[in-house]
Amino acid sequence: MSQSPKRPPPPAHVTQEARRRFLRSLLLGGMAVGAGMAGWLPMARGAAPRLRPPGAIAESDFLAACIKCGQCVQVCPVEAIVLGDIDEGFGIGVPYLDGRAQACDFSCDAVQCILACPTGALTHELSKKEEVRMGLARLDKPDACLARQGLGFKGQARGADFPGLHRYEKVDRWNPIRIADHPYDLDLCDLCVRECPIEGAIALVPMSVDAADKRRTPEIRQSCVGCGMCEMICPVEPAAIVIDARAQWRAS
Amino acid sequence: MSLIQSLAIMLGREPVKPRPEEYEPEASALHEAKRACKMSPEQRQEINRQTHEAHKVHTWRNRRWLTLLAVNLLFVASYRFDVQLIEGALTASRVIGFHFADLNSALQVTLAFKTILINLVIGTTTVLILWWLLGGRSFCSWVCPYHLLAEWAEALHLKLAAKKLVKDHQLHRRTRVVLYVIFALSALASGYTVFETISPTGILSRAMIYGPTWALTIVVFLLVLEVFYSRRLWCRYMCPIGITYAVVGAVSPVRVAYLPQDCHHEGECRKVCLVPHVLDVTKKGFATRMHSGIGADCTRCGLCVDVCPTGSLKFEVKGLDKLL
Repeated sequence: MSQSPKRPPPPAHVTQEARRRFLRSLLLGGMAVGAGMAGWLPMARGAAPRLRPPGAIAESDFLAACIKCGQCVQVCPVEAIVLGDIDEGFGIGVPYLDGRAQACDFSCDAVQCILACPTGALTHELSKKEEVRMGLARLDKPDACLARQGLGFKGQARGADFPGLHRYEKVDRWNPIRIADHPYDLDLCDLCVRECPIEGAIALVPMSVDAADKRRTPEIRQSCVGCGMCEMICPVEPAAIVIDARAQWRAS
Repeated sequence: MSLIQSLAIMLGREPVKPRPEEYEPEASALHEAKRACKMSPEQRQEINRQTHEAHKVHTWRNRRWLTLLAVNLLFVASYRFDVQLIEGALTASRVIGFHFADLNSALQVTLAFKTILINLVIGTTTVLILWWLLGGRSFCSWVCPYHLLAEWAEALHLKLAAKKLVKDHQLHRRTRVVLYVIFALSALASGYTVFETISPTGILSRAMIYGPTWALTIVVFLLVLEVFYSRRLWCRYMCPIGITYAVVGAVSPVRVAYLPQDCHHEGECRKVCLVPHVLDVTKKGFATRMHSGIGADCTRCGLCVDVCPTGSLKFEVKGLDKLL
């Protein structure tokens, strides 16, 4: 040090400014840390888990491993994936799906979001849609289900204004189209079974032994991957069938 | 200035006047000559005129703003218009197919997830080499979208301050170091990427690419603080990303060099600088050498280069003149 060791003490206003500067740093630094930590609150509230994209690892690991870049969002052909906002806390920038608004219909064939993920938050161990486990479908409002009432369905599944997309292989093998552009005329509503992208994940089973009884009930099978397609296509409002995100199959 | 000194000042130590034995003979002789030469009023007027002229030069600022906008718009265009050159956001991306990962985001993920991810190793190594070559904190001023907004907030702050409507409240520069450690430790302890919750860089980058979010309120809040309370609060005293890139750029070949020969020591450069402690060397009698880099914390924004009327501060690529 070039200064002499017997330097006179700094004047009062200098020490006062130094003290204030320290307090300001403490306060504003504390606010930054507090705001960051506040991201924990939505976690603690214990809300129902979000429906995550295919291949998402266990929720707590998923939030840690996700680098919040949205590359999965960019590759999804039906734009099913959206990123969490500030109300998701630590889940900010983390991808999820709202199945009712836009389900994953695997129209990319090769689980593109998994291939896009740079961190393995969507595990690269999956390569087929059948191996995906996002959750499980559940018949939430049996009384609302048209098939259970023996009713058919005619028209646009979700109305003319619904922007949701789906790939109809018979219409266009490569490009998803709007569900509103693909009206139905069905004697018995089987939309959830008809549009399910996974073979054998859901089936309509008779509700009585009477052959004349038209009524059928949707039955979810173990191969259900929880993609949300049945929830999106269900024509009643609110949907009779819903996805329980992260739910796992239990033999009942 | 040694690398250790440069890093210590970046981490919050206040720069001090060098000891007499640190001066090279040429530098001592220059300072001696400058002390002997008393300026006449005409000379001072001439200097003021030059300084005033130099203030109108915005060459580097304009180049930088163009670059910053181009990079961020490439992210947007890659997704919105399917150009596919830079997919992802500033936290992680694929640049024409190659993995890039922001060093700070990758660090958060690694600490929270406690796993070494091969794609992140590739992505961070690429980014590390790139920003070492380009000057480290040049990421801040040439790419970070928050930096641009903060520059505009700063201009407003300075206008209001000139009218004595607001006052700059400084923080201790070590705040940033403490926050860096707290955010790293909290990622490790909690298993969540805690800093990403408030990172204005990530929030802004995602909002531009994927559409506006409520998270932007954090950015707005910071900007309001910077206009009315503390000049460049976030970039100066708080952002951990700045520290990460400052370390990367500590020995970068791309730097701003200071040549005391023609310097008038008016201090205009320190007034425009985000990190004026790196320009301590420009004070009269402080330069120990006739040619030196200005330190790790420099964001290579070029504002000082634009404002300097004598060309005493300039961009250089270390060793390039020897090669040519």
